[in-house]
Amino acid sequence: MSARTDLLLSIADDELILGWRNSEWTGIAPFLEEDVAFSSIAQNEIGHARALYELAARELGTTADELAFDRKPSEYRSAPLVELRKLEWARTIARHWLYETADEIRLAALKASDDPEIAGLAAKIDREEAYHRMHAEMWIERLLSTEEGRSRLNEAVDELWPYALGVLDDVLRPELRARAQEQLGRVLPEVEAVPRGVHEAELAELLEEMTSVRRSAPPGSQW
Amino acid sequence: MTVDDVWAALAEIPDPEIPVISLVDLGVVKGVSVDDGTVHVDFTPTFMGCPALEVMQRAMEERIAELGAVPSVVVRLDDSWSTDDITAEGREKLRAAGFAPPTPRPAEKLELVQLRRGFRCPYCGSTETRLENLFGPTPCRSIRYCDACRQPFEQFKTI
Repeated sequence: MSARTDLLLSIADDELILGWRNSEWTGIAPFLEEDVAFSSIAQNEIGHARALYELAARELGTTADELAFDRKPSEYRSAPLVELRKLEWARTIARHWLYETADEIRLAALKASDDPEIAGLAAKIDREEAYHRMHAEMWIERLLSTEEGRSRLNEAVDELWPYALGVLDDVLRPELRARAQEQLGRVLPEVEAVPRGVHEAELAELLEEMTSVRRSAPPGSQW
Repeated sequence: MTVDDVWAALAEIPDPEIPVISLVDLGVVKGVSVDDGTVHVDFTPTFMGCPALEVMQRAMEERIAELGAVPSVVVRLDDSWSTDDITAEGREKLRAAGFAPPTPRPAEKLELVQLRRGFRCPYCGSTETRLENLFGPTPCRSIRYCDACRQPFEQFKTI
């Protein structure tokens, strides 16, 4: 597999798995506006995954659906940050903000790529992601504005920080640290990143649930 | 069959989710060419996760087939669609149907402060409005509230 396809699959897997995680709030978010927001963000992320899988599928001679649903858990390239199941609000917001910040840094690098397909798709995705970032930042401001919010957010960020670093390649990590520290107004610990390719147990459970309908259908079914 | 015939046919197809405007008003048709019996359409998606995209593509293929040609709709996966591509007529139709049209795409990065300004309410015209939610019932819409006429309304997101 080429480095290009490997990169496309890493990003597509991040977006698909996080899209699924975000959709877990559908119907049960703390209030209706957030129910709508997380459902809409999930829909966007899964749309981005589909476009990225389509580019990868062309090179691999397969389809976006097969890449999304028919691989073994060990074949996914997602970052462990997106795999964790975090149905607790401060952790959900911390993960959302850390991921969107890392994703902005990654997309900026891809927009400058010499590969016109990758640069073009990254620019398109980035315009939609701008809304996710504004949403995440609104919540960070809100949580930082009260003592309880600040303490719960900080605790969640400390727990997730090694995972957040693992979303990006080594060269892009200092930028994530600088941005996160600036927004939180504190220094984040020097820790080892949790790397891509080492999967959390939650990934297998997620894939089991996500693919259950597809697996239950007779081969060749049309959706 | 001419290119103009194809444009006219595509202009009759309503947007699946906001049927007051057509696909041509929406600006998603980037180009049309006619080559023997085949019609090529260069189609650029709005939001990538929008489930209406496949409906739009199928509707265009069906319409072209009705004209007696073989459709070939190519979907672009790039940054070639912006809400700036919605035609003036399309914006007016959106406003008349109760959707605030999108603001022009800013030259620099879009900031939350720009979206928190008081945009004009499509019902009463007041600018005493506020952002309720960046997200709405479809990926392309945000929710606002008008303090003057106490009516929530939707705004097309700027991208």
